[in-house]
Amino acid sequence: MDTFIQQLINGLTIGSIYALIALGYTLVYGILKLINFAHGDVYMIGAYMGFLLAVYVFGSQPSIFAFVTVLFGSMIIAAIIGVLIERFAYRPVRKFSRMTTLITAMGMSLLIEYLFTFIFSGIPKSFPLLISNENYNPFGNVTINTSQVLIFVVSLLLMVGLQYIIFYTKVGKAMRAVSFNLNSAKLMGINTDFVIAFTFAIGSAMAAAGGVLVAQYNNKIFPLMGLMAGLKAFVAAVLGGIGNVPGAVLGGLLIGMAETFVVGYGQNIGIPSTFRDAVAFAILILVLLVRPSGLLGSDVQEKV
Amino acid sequence: MSFWMKNLPGALVIVIFLYILNMMMSSSGFFGMGVDNYTARLLVFIAINIILATSLNLINGFTGQFSIGHAGFMAVGAYASAYFTVNYGQGIVDSVAFLGETGSTSVVLLIAVAIGAIVAAIMGLIVGIPSLRLKGDYLAIVTLGFAEIIRIVILNIDAVGGATGYQVPGYANFLWIGFFTILTVVIVHNIVKSDMGRALVSIREDELAAEAMGVNTTRYKVISFVISSAFAGIAGVLFAHYNKFLSTNDFQFIKSFEIIIMIVIGGMGSMTGAIIGAIVVTLLPELLRELPPIDLPGFGVVNFADLRLVIFALILILTMIFRPQGIFGTREFGLSWLKRPRKASEGTASVGGTGGVPIAEDEDAKHLTSDGDKNE
Repeated sequence: MDTFIQQLINGLTIGSIYALIALGYTLVYGILKLINFAHGDVYMIGAYMGFLLAVYVFGSQPSIFAFVTVLFGSMIIAAIIGVLIERFAYRPVRKFSRMTTLITAMGMSLLIEYLFTFIFSGIPKSFPLLISNENYNPFGNVTINTSQVLIFVVSLLLMVGLQYIIFYTKVGKAMRAVSFNLNSAKLMGINTDFVIAFTFAIGSAMAAAGGVLVAQYNNKIFPLMGLMAGLKAFVAAVLGGIGNVPGAVLGGLLIGMAETFVVGYGQNIGIPSTFRDAVAFAILILVLLVRPSGLLGSDVQEKV
Repeated sequence: MSFWMKNLPGALVIVIFLYILNMMMSSSGFFGMGVDNYTARLLVFIAINIILATSLNLINGFTGQFSIGHAGFMAVGAYASAYFTVNYGQGIVDSVAFLGETGSTSVVLLIAVAIGAIVAAIMGLIVGIPSLRLKGDYLAIVTLGFAEIIRIVILNIDAVGGATGYQVPGYANFLWIGFFTILTVVIVHNIVKSDMGRALVSIREDELAAEAMGVNTTRYKVISFVISSAFAGIAGVLFAHYNKFLSTNDFQFIKSFEIIIMIVIGGMGSMTGAIIGAIVVTLLPELLRELPPIDLPGFGVVNFADLRLVIFALILILTMIFRPQGIFGTREFGLSWLKRPRKASEGTASVGGTGGVPIAEDEDAKHLTSDGDKNE
């Protein structure tokens, strides 16, 4: 039983990260109907910016203040980069077909990955510890450490914050309008370019937060870390119903747990742990064939 | 009879040309004229990439179904045929030893190609039937998912080396690689020019209208997907038997993306475009290697070869922004350009009718794309 709870906690940890990234996918897809392939790489950028801030500003000295500053700093930088990506790569191709934008997004993803490989080399870097890591044993032999607690707390706060922005602010209302119908929203006097840029900023900031948190948890960052995480987060967004905010969170948690359970219990039913990366895709294929609108999605649902 | 009269000289020229090329690549060379191993290897990879790009173009360019998992089918063909050659190849070589060394290994290679093509085609069918119900970006992400699942499954099969890689006898020479390259181009060209090709293009241009005109869209989509996978399998077989070593790392996302870049740069829906794209994408990194390294202050010495993937990505994005239909769009480049005035050649030589039609546009994006055409 203890192992089961331990696996559950580990699954929820990685699931929260997927959920944070999936939110960015789902927001952008809801508004532009674009799979932002580069989103996983923004998560990687977040981790690297956090690394730079931690090493060059705080000299790797752990403290709560350092953690908060690094987290917000990398979120802000990533938000700016997200807006720049939208402005210079996606906006010029927005009027073309969806395939054109999809290919542009793939190109953007490759560009970021290989630019970072070029600058920082492909060798993983070790991420400095920002808050001294301690293990807690809440019950039995179950262990939970500070990084995991941070992941739960920060992602929960960010998700609640996002929900607040979408449903209780003016720009959130504009986002909902744009996701409902871009052209009508424009006719109603909404500055759609601003709303789209804002959406990219929020999505990128959340992905960057995920990047810093996961870097803190794994102590390791590398330029291609966003590739798999991004794809899995996309699967999570589809699983929950793309365009649906609570769906993205649910999907992320489910994918994270499915993955952890395959690693933990897969051998018992003949699935080697190397299938970890295949699980998400198997789920994706099943979802798209059985219920393409996702668990919480439906055609009439309010989407952002 | 007239068919043979018309095509035999051309075929003979091609065979002689390939034979000479093949001799030039061997160590002895052709009457003293030979190319070094490096150039030979480059030519082989260009040929294999042409097979990959042309076959992917059939499904992506002509049928308008965006698949980004081509490397998965290449891997299936490569590993299936490699398993055959490693386990049964030597036995067959011994039993047909009277054909000489080249002859007997060629027999094995041909069987391997058949196996690779068939297994990849079956895999294409398995993947295609469920996936092709989806459209656009969902199809893209599902093909990507399938390709990755295929790779991970292969990685876990110990009979084909698993994570340590797989040694394969190097039975492929340039004669066969060139032959299959030309065969692929000819077959895909003929498919595109046939009734089936018209049906495929009609699906690309407007799926609903095609269906209304009596085109069985699902059937044609699956057929073109299966054919495309089979050729990817052949490319995999040739790669395996030339490279002599297989590792699942050769078939990651990046390989699929690379093939996409080839056809996107060349122009989706253009045969010649795909071929030129394949040549450019294979040669560009090698040409970048020739450039002298520059010394950036504060960063160190920069080699352009290290930047090749960055440059690819930039080319891809810039192509999409400034010329979304690729260099050639749906036009073909060939002798007809020289013979006829350009205005006239557009009507006859191009497949998709007017050039620069955005591929695979869908209903809700249509009103947005209409001004995209004028951008040319």
